[in-house]
Amino acid sequence: MITIKNLHASINGKEILKGLNLEVKAGEVHAIMGPNGAGKSTLASVLAGRSDYEITEGEVDFDGIDLLEMSPEDRAREGLFLAFQYPVEIPGVSNINFLRTAINEIRAYKGEEPMSAKEFMATVREKSALVELDAKLASRSVNEGFSGGEKKRNEIFQMAMLEPKLAILDETDSGLDIDALRIVAKGVNTLKTDKNATVVITHYQRLLDHIVPDFVHVLYDGKIVKTGPKELALELEEKGYDWIKEEIGQ
Amino acid sequence: MSSYTENELAKDLENQEYKFGFTTDIGSDTIPKGLNEDVIRLISSKKEEPQWMLDYRLTAYRAWLTMTEPEWAHVHYTKPNFQEMAYYSAPNQTKKYESWDDVDPEMKETMAKLGISLEEQKHLTGVAVDFVMDSVSVATSFKSKLAELGIIFCSFSEAVQDHPELVRANMGTVVPHTDNFYAALNSAVFTDGSFCYIPKGVRCPMELSTYFRINQAETGQFERTLVIADEGSYVSYLEGCTAPQRDENQLHAAVVELIAKDNSEIKYSTVQNWYPGDKNGKGGIFNFVTKRGICDTNAKISWTQVETGSAVTWKYPSCILKGDNSIGEFYSVAVTNNYQQADTGTKMIHLGKGTKSTIISKGISAGKSQNSYRGLVQIHKNAHNARNFSQCDSLLMTDECGAHTFPYIECKNSSAKIEHEATTSKIGEDQIFYCLQRGISEEKAISLIVNGYCKEVLNQLPMEFAVEAQKLLTISLEGSVG
Ligand SMILES: Nc1ncnc2c1ncn2[C@@H]1O[C@H](COP(=O)(O)OP(=O)(O)OP(=O)(O)O)[C@@H](O)[C@H]1O
Ligand SMILES: [Mg+2]
Repeated sequence: MITIKNLHASINGKEILKGLNLEVKAGEVHAIMGPNGAGKSTLASVLAGRSDYEITEGEVDFDGIDLLEMSPEDRAREGLFLAFQYPVEIPGVSNINFLRTAINEIRAYKGEEPMSAKEFMATVREKSALVELDAKLASRSVNEGFSGGEKKRNEIFQMAMLEPKLAILDETDSGLDIDALRIVAKGVNTLKTDKNATVVITHYQRLLDHIVPDFVHVLYDGKIVKTGPKELALELEEKGYDWIKEEIGQ
Repeated sequence: MSSYTENELAKDLENQEYKFGFTTDIGSDTIPKGLNEDVIRLISSKKEEPQWMLDYRLTAYRAWLTMTEPEWAHVHYTKPNFQEMAYYSAPNQTKKYESWDDVDPEMKETMAKLGISLEEQKHLTGVAVDFVMDSVSVATSFKSKLAELGIIFCSFSEAVQDHPELVRANMGTVVPHTDNFYAALNSAVFTDGSFCYIPKGVRCPMELSTYFRINQAETGQFERTLVIADEGSYVSYLEGCTAPQRDENQLHAAVVELIAKDNSEIKYSTVQNWYPGDKNGKGGIFNFVTKRGICDTNAKISWTQVETGSAVTWKYPSCILKGDNSIGEFYSVAVTNNYQQADTGTKMIHLGKGTKSTIISKGISAGKSQNSYRGLVQIHKNAHNARNFSQCDSLLMTDECGAHTFPYIECKNSSAKIEHEATTSKIGEDQIFYCLQRGISEEKAISLIVNGYCKEVLNQLPMEFAVEAQKLLTISLEGSVG
């Protein structure tokens, strides 16, 4: 699905990603953990195509296409989805209008007809039920006045609507109460097929009880420094990151 | 990689060419340039006006001579040379059209370019269009239907001929000829405009719409509109404008007077898209407009405007809330781009008890433009329990443009409640990136964000106008689509 080789990226002349390698195959769930400031969100932003970052080295293959050559909107249209750590508010633009625009732009890109209003509304109903998103939130302005947890849930609702190939969830679990966590996990699990893949960035093992990863990676100082099975998350939760630092000789 | 940067956006915006730039070539009947009493007499006689009308013009002209052109801190322009302008120009047609089919093909083409083709208009159910090209109305539709209800909707000149008592009793009662420099000039030399009267208790069943257009080089445009809603009546009036591209600056000094009698309501909506000048700030329309309404008891006037055009706009649609419990509303979106300058706002004058006013102003500045909001809320000493809510937001698209907010409050009654909110924000790169990440193109993203930002105002517009306004916002801000 996605192969990242020796990725280096900097912002304002400061190198954040320092030779990162990662491969995710279709049907897999990967978890990325790591201390604050390690570069997890940076990785997500770079993959999504944020222009503030300068890619100095490396390559990213996304299902046979050179991801780094594509505009952010084309990456999204090719099936890359980022659930933001801090979703932004867009006042005056309803979630519904926003999503309909997105879906139809993606369809136009693929040479498909726009989705009919009827089909769209049916999909909204189905997917909002899946993430138990209040119907009222669906028609409110994008994230405006949403609580922290509602914003996160709205990200998963959007993901459900857009059905991406690769979804990157950046700390979608932070700020969620226990019930919301279960609901979000249920959403992610329901949408999982052998044709798509999920990368979850998290600080907490408890999310991984619900979304069980095939691999857990430790991102430290701009690199993936350790990869292991789901048990690695438990170990990290218990012991913190110091032993990893020691292991890699820092 | 076609990712978004502020600079790219700024460049796109600069390259916006005026979409409706063209000239219609029809013979015109024009009075030589210059302004003096003889010119005014000539205008009046060409229009076969009664003596009182000529007297009104001359009184206004003499008052104008004693007045000086105003100066504003945030608006800079080369003042028009009033002796270099022609004050009367009428399309060379003696006969008025009975139906759209009789209209000059070239004019039809003009209207098609404006996106208001006759065919479209005919199908636009519920809209009567009084099309003003230059100074003379060339066509009026739906007239008979309106006449059945006793509604008068005609050109100002026709009203002077056919309803002199109504015109004479009301004209200048809201905007006196001594009001300001441009109102005085308009009162002296106005050539045409629209007149509307809704009788007692009548709810006008359709949106009344007039398209104003400037088409004669170096012809100042002096429109005059008078809308009278008699007791308990209702009318929604739409005004939309667009003009062909010109090198010479063109002056537009209109006067609009609204009179809302007891328990009546007037909704006045404007979409203004005059030639703003090229990207170097050359050319463009100077738009100095005096718009004011007066409300009797329980009456309501609401002004809604979407302003995207003109090189210089100076405009303050205002309400005099004279009657108890009357209501004034002002909803405005003003977009400036390149070197455009806008100084707009409103005045809400609370005289009666329990009067209420609402002001929602959304400014959008792009390029090197300057956008100012200037609002006055005045509560007089007998206006017990008056209320005002004002919200003035500014959105900046580049680092080079400016937004200025000047709210003035004069309160002489301590029972008044006045609330004012103001914000200034830069269009968010985060918001745009969020849209891009969902597969939405940059242009669509900007359009979504800007339309969302203006939603409260756009929601006030009648449906078909709202669509037009959204298109305009997109055209004036999105960069050349193609
Ligand atoms: N504009 C910027 N200029 C300089 N440094 C930046 C900029 N943006 C981010 N950084 C730095 O990049 C590093 C990586 O940030 P990033 O957000 O990717 O961390 P993270 O792993 O997601 O952390 P967290 O767990 O706190 O979310 C941090 O040290 C941060 O301060
Ligand atoms: Mg982060």
